[in-house]
Amino acid sequence: MSTPRRPAIEGWFRTDDGGPRLRGTRCSSCGTPYFPRNELACRNPGCTGPKDGSELQEYAFSNRGTVWSYADARYQPPPPYVSPEPFVPYAIAAVELTEERIVVLGQATVGVEDLEVGMPVELTEDTLYEDDEATYTVWKWRPVQ
Amino acid sequence: MTDDIAVLGAGMHPWGKWGRNFVEYGLAAARAALADAGLAWPDVQYVAGADTIRNGYPGFIAGATFAQALGWSGARVSSAYAACASGAQAIGNARAQILAGLCDVALVVGADAAPKGFFKPVGGDRPDDPDWLRFRLLGATNPIYFALAARRRMALHGATLDDFAAVKVKNARHGLANPNARYRKEVTAEDVRESAVVADPLRLLDICATSDGGAAIVLSSMDFARRHGVADPVRIPALSTVTPTFPKTVIDLPDFATDSAMTVPEPALPFRSALPQAAYEEAGLGPEDLSVAEVYDLSTALELDWYEDIGLCEVGGAEELLRSGATAIGGRIPVNPSGGLACFGEAIPAQAIAQVCELTWQLRGQAEGRQVEKARAGIAVNQGLFGHGSAIITVR
Repeated sequence: MSTPRRPAIEGWFRTDDGGPRLRGTRCSSCGTPYFPRNELACRNPGCTGPKDGSELQEYAFSNRGTVWSYADARYQPPPPYVSPEPFVPYAIAAVELTEERIVVLGQATVGVEDLEVGMPVELTEDTLYEDDEATYTVWKWRPVQ
Repeated sequence: MTDDIAVLGAGMHPWGKWGRNFVEYGLAAARAALADAGLAWPDVQYVAGADTIRNGYPGFIAGATFAQALGWSGARVSSAYAACASGAQAIGNARAQILAGLCDVALVVGADAAPKGFFKPVGGDRPDDPDWLRFRLLGATNPIYFALAARRRMALHGATLDDFAAVKVKNARHGLANPNARYRKEVTAEDVRESAVVADPLRLLDICATSDGGAAIVLSSMDFARRHGVADPVRIPALSTVTPTFPKTVIDLPDFATDSAMTVPEPALPFRSALPQAAYEEAGLGPEDLSVAEVYDLSTALELDWYEDIGLCEVGGAEELLRSGATAIGGRIPVNPSGGLACFGEAIPAQAIAQVCELTWQLRGQAEGRQVEKARAGIAVNQGLFGHGSAIITVR
């Protein structure tokens, strides 16, 4: 019996129309995008916007980029990471989004042996952990097929 | 010259996993530094503590904690927290007091008692804290971030696992005779290769441990040093704790993402290069004037990044510099003669102070068994993470 799927965190990514996207904000004054979402004030010191948060608007990031670097975890990290028993190693990719020139971390759907600096990847949604009530999902990077 | 301050005393409690209270390590280091300076505790007018966040309330008010342990004397006090750069911030606080003429003699103390295993976020459910969230959503431990930097270096500059191992072998040899080092044992490249992979491409022996330890220095105005009979003290002409410049495009703990470089071009100097550059400008000297450097080798790979960041070679030249032997004792510019974090492990608030202790002993010619010949100028750099870092220049 499968449990309902829920995002492990609200408001950081969406899976509706047109595939998974990271959700952030973007300054309507200078155009700088932010992930995770920044609702306080644009952080570009040269921006001439009001900087009271009204300049920051909902923004869905592009979903493709190239691997800036990658690594993996061979040992179980401490909580609050929720680890299956026994622990399953996982890879993390730092991905530079071509359009937004921003490097975003995410777990990878493949191991380090299948990753390479510079390779194209795309955003996907996948299981982070499960409990009795739900399957919690998060954004992940997967090689472009 | 008027912007110099004097380092009159340096003292440490040996690094290890002693399992005692951090106050004990700080107290021992403070007493050793005072004895080295030939001063008594009541001579100290200002105490700057470097905070530890893993030892309860006394750690958050470290300056007062050490002042109480030494015996309330009426000295003025401050406590600083800046992650791994906490010790440098405390030195900066003391330096500012001295240069402003508000005090003549200051004591700087940092000490830590570290937990076992991976550092983890402080307790409780805190889903609005990025340091908590990076563990929850990514499982991004500190070694993951070090490994990302290491892999990037391999892809960009051709660093090899053998280069990383060579850094460890060098630093292990440097630290052999250091009485304050935790690990005093030769390490071979094979030892590094055979140690377990923690976060690919880094192995256990590539990554610094977490340690207990304490370090302290006694600082004074140049006038006071002369009156005290020290004509030629080790001096600190520059201390930089600059923050990054927007957009910060290198991923750092505990970030999920860098700033975007979409609208504003990347700064000319990335953060880790900006730290020493500001110190060089303040001191009026450059990397060519250095005799010795203590750099923050959280991992073996990061030591190579630092060679370039502090200007010992061009970007991409660190592997060649390492392979040439230039950064070993006896080479052109020895790096981490103390043994570095490779031999110490990290006692967070004490570490930047310990770096200055080492430079002080090197510049005085007192670094027995690891002395850099004719050391006249040194730099200590630290990546504090979370937007912190430091560069401190010492001369004699």
